[in-house]
Amino acid sequence: MAKDEMNPAFKLIGTRVLRPDGLDKVTGRARYGADFAAPGMLFGAAVRSPHAHARIKRIDATRALALDGVKAVVTRADFPTGLTGEDWNLQENCMAGDVALYDGHAVAAVAATSALLAQDAAKLIEVEYEPLPHVTDVDDAIKPDAPAIRPGAADHSVPDGMPPNVVRYFEFGHGDLDAGFAEADIVRAQTYRTEATHQGYIEPQACVGQLGADGKGEMWVTTQGQWYVRWMCAAVLGLETAQLRVTPSEIGGGFGGKTTVFIEPLSLALSRKAGGKPVKLVMSRSDVLRATGPTASASMDVKIGMKADGTMTAGRAEFRMQGGAFPGSPLNEALECAFAAYKLPAVEHIGHEVLANRPKAAAYRAPGAPMAAFAVESLVDEIARELGLDPIAVRLKNAVREGDRSSYGPRYKSIGLVETLEAAKAHANYAAPLGPNQGRGVATGYWFNHNGDTSVSMAIAEDGTAQVSVGTPDIGGSRASLGLMVAETLGIPYEHVRVNVVETGALGINEPSHGSRATFASGKAAVIATEQAIAEMCRRAAAEWGIEPEAVDWVEGAAQPAGPNAGKFPPMKIAEIAGQMSSTGGPIAGHYEGLPEGVGASFGTHVVDVEVDPETGRTTILRYLVVQDAGRAIHPAYVEGQFQGGAAQGIGWALNEAYIYGEDGRLQNAGFLDYRIPVACDLPMIDTVIVEVPNPGHPYGVRGVGETGITPPLPAVANAIAAATGARLRRLPMNPPAVLAAIKAVRGG
Amino acid sequence: MHYHTPASFEEAVRIAASAGGVTRFLAGGTDVLVQLRAGAVTPDDLIDLKHIPGVHDIAATPQGGWRIGVAVSGAELGEHAALKRDWPGVVEAMELVGSTQVQGRATLTGNLCNGSPAADSVPALVAAGARVAVTGPQGSREMAVEQVPTGPGKTALGPGDLITAITLPPRGAGGGDAYQRFIPRTEMDIAVVGCAVNLTLEGDVITQARVALGAVAPTVMLVPEAAEAIISTTLDSDALEALVKVARSAARPISDKRGTAEFRTDIAGVLARRVAELAYARAKGRAK
Ligand SMILES: Cc1cc2nc3c(=O)[nH]c(=O)nc-3n(C[C@H](O)[C@H](O)[C@H](O)COP(=O)(O)OP(=O)(O)OC[C@H]3O[C@@H](n4cnc5c(N)ncnc54)[C@H](O)[C@@H]3O)c2cc1C
Repeated sequence: MAKDEMNPAFKLIGTRVLRPDGLDKVTGRARYGADFAAPGMLFGAAVRSPHAHARIKRIDATRALALDGVKAVVTRADFPTGLTGEDWNLQENCMAGDVALYDGHAVAAVAATSALLAQDAAKLIEVEYEPLPHVTDVDDAIKPDAPAIRPGAADHSVPDGMPPNVVRYFEFGHGDLDAGFAEADIVRAQTYRTEATHQGYIEPQACVGQLGADGKGEMWVTTQGQWYVRWMCAAVLGLETAQLRVTPSEIGGGFGGKTTVFIEPLSLALSRKAGGKPVKLVMSRSDVLRATGPTASASMDVKIGMKADGTMTAGRAEFRMQGGAFPGSPLNEALECAFAAYKLPAVEHIGHEVLANRPKAAAYRAPGAPMAAFAVESLVDEIARELGLDPIAVRLKNAVREGDRSSYGPRYKSIGLVETLEAAKAHANYAAPLGPNQGRGVATGYWFNHNGDTSVSMAIAEDGTAQVSVGTPDIGGSRASLGLMVAETLGIPYEHVRVNVVETGALGINEPSHGSRATFASGKAAVIATEQAIAEMCRRAAAEWGIEPEAVDWVEGAAQPAGPNAGKFPPMKIAEIAGQMSSTGGPIAGHYEGLPEGVGASFGTHVVDVEVDPETGRTTILRYLVVQDAGRAIHPAYVEGQFQGGAAQGIGWALNEAYIYGEDGRLQNAGFLDYRIPVACDLPMIDTVIVEVPNPGHPYGVRGVGETGITPPLPAVANAIAAATGARLRRLPMNPPAVLAAIKAVRGG
Repeated sequence: MHYHTPASFEEAVRIAASAGGVTRFLAGGTDVLVQLRAGAVTPDDLIDLKHIPGVHDIAATPQGGWRIGVAVSGAELGEHAALKRDWPGVVEAMELVGSTQVQGRATLTGNLCNGSPAADSVPALVAAGARVAVTGPQGSREMAVEQVPTGPGKTALGPGDLITAITLPPRGAGGGDAYQRFIPRTEMDIAVVGCAVNLTLEGDVITQARVALGAVAPTVMLVPEAAEAIISTTLDSDALEALVKVARSAARPISDKRGTAEFRTDIAGVLARRVAELAYARAKGRAK
């Protein structure tokens, strides 16, 4: 691996060490959300609305409560009133109030002595509904005569006279748009649409919650963010936040979908009503699809002006997004990412957030960016094709570099877009010969990356090994990467470091593992904490030697005099210092609390070759290349895994995944049989190139790599299909019926 | 729910005939158990047929055909070289069902009796001219496979009736069969369209043929007009064109989340042509 040899100064950074969670996972010992049990535990089940939109007239639990072994039933009446803003949205989404807002919306929940009994009892809870008119499609929801889903939900940003379901409206941009378009040799405008997709994590939501009459509670849960679960549950239930202790389990995927709550407050409410007994709730796959948060669906108008030589002169994006019956779709992020790769003198963005009778959207890997990329990168490709320009050349011509002003405002610090484009151009895949019905597509993608509230503590054990306590659950290999960074900093073997993801009682608040932040933020925090511990160990050695602490250096896991003038002492190894710590001043530890500065954004470029069966419209992915700037790959295998995983999810979104709602507003494909994520044999081995333009804001140059990878696949696949067939698809999914219809339309067949 | 393990078909029939509520036979259970877990069908009596002697056997018949027990799994069919040589289309159809895990359990009989219009092995069995032996309270009888399904989830089997074996006719010289389905992914999908063709050649000329389509009507359908379009031809381009037309006009699909009626109709023609070509190549010994 050439990449691994690039940083000879490092002993461990850039190596492919064994993952610390590997043995537990392959032997089945790892404990996921549904694996927790507590003495006296009850089992819960939710009653969910079969209607897309319906007034709840009456809930009668008499028959359920009459069953032997049924211990509690809760409805919205068991939750506090008077919540506002996002607290109210969370509460309303976890448990419907007067109106069920989507198919799958929870309206009641029951706890019983067995899971089967709870499911039977749930069926005996009678709910009388008065169905209301509904709307699930984003373009229908924004019509002036659409059924008003939540009158009064629009915020101050919405100008008077907008359709009733528009709840947020904004515009931003810079430069003279008209002049920009006037300068162009060719101006094209098109409308693109993407469907909602689900993160598709393997592990459904699961938790055990316990809450006593004294307001003290415990929760064991699969989550990307235990502190978020804590504040959200406390808000929804009106608890004092610090009285709730939340312990995260091992996590079977989240991709953003586990940064919020759905069933967690229900288990606590049931527990409180059942006299404080712990209550376990586990979602079925169909519940996951009907009632947890997918991403938004989008309808997008894009206009771009280009000179004949490929120079882009202006860009305009007007997006409409629905993220369910609540505000919170990733509209800002989508628009901010839309033109992020391009140096544009004039750019305008307009966003409309629309409500629809669908579940409340949650984050999904680079929220909003894939949709925006689908629209913009498709249109860039269309125009480049019309002008006969190479897709990489066009992007290089307009690519943003360090110091350029971004389309959304701030100037870029160090970035690696040009490097990814050059690496893609140089890769063998870009020159591979193509056969009949085959085509190549290129697209770039962007994600900001994020820092967020971060609290980490590390400590040296009596034998000189080290422990690190972090608040960011390991969803992508962060324990291995953090272990490598701490071991490198300390100068000890990787195997001597244990990284623990800890409960809310152990640290200050942490944001979840989202925004590609765990390796950047917890990593930077862990290195700072480790440096504190090193400084303390140097002080202990200095005291022993009777010299100034400043005269001690830390080299390869040992304190040593800084130079000949400091004195002549043999190096004091970490194990020696640690072994004596009780008599030299007590525990040796370090900690960090703050918002780590210096986030580094990540650009990526993807190249895909497809073959399309012209008689059936079925697309086969022949080759797929991901090139992305990692800043520095701490553990290259995990970085490659993130690149490949993002590509796989993006390919699924491009080709077959979609929420299919019937005329009745019910979700028709609430299962993995008909919600079609790619299976392993649908994909070739995904090729990766790790570009390393180190982030100066991180001690080891980390940028965060988890999200950018899902951004280019949607347009890259569309561009490849256009190249293979001559048919341009501007709507997802590009499944066989859609592709076949598009082929027939261009061939007049 | 009562779980039974009868030691003979007669006992199984007795249990089934005297059961009052919802009854299901348990072969591989890959439909029954999935429906049970999803809460779609909760049987009162579950009658496991796997303990009856002979149900796991694949045996040559005195006539030169094959008799396949009702508990033989897809994986076992796939391992049977002689059966595969005679009826590659039937075996490949059954092998498309599910994944490696599902293959270890799923049976031809279960696939047929589940009554899905999209069942993969059924068009191949119909094209092959397979028959089933039925035993019930009224005694035993034989039926052609195409007479078993009567609608989605429905069969012609009465209360207490069960299938005791599936028989495939003697292959004879110059024969070839094939099955293909269209799905959006490469596996783990329900057929959007399925098509099986079984034909016999004398020289280059097709003398007999049977064509069956799946997932384009409430039941798997035998399409005699499609067979007629290719009989007495050498499967030249005119014959193929006629076949495509007839297959499309025979299709009576619905639009649903798996595909539009227009798309299914289109694909029925495409598959009929591709599958006929494969069956023809097999009959000529040019393909496996
Ligand atoms: C993950 C997965 C993927 C699948 N993929 C496919 C696929 O690609 N293609 C496809 O066609 N199917 C597929 N299936 C469905 C299923 O596997 C097949 O239909 C299979 O052949 C059923 O056989 P079985 O032996 O498991 O049937 P069982 O579930 O045991 O029984 C099915 C039905 O047949 C009846 N029955 C069984 N034996 C008899 C008998 N002797 N007499 C009368 N009635 C009887 C039962 O009462 C029941 O109604 C899939 C299922 C799963 C779980």
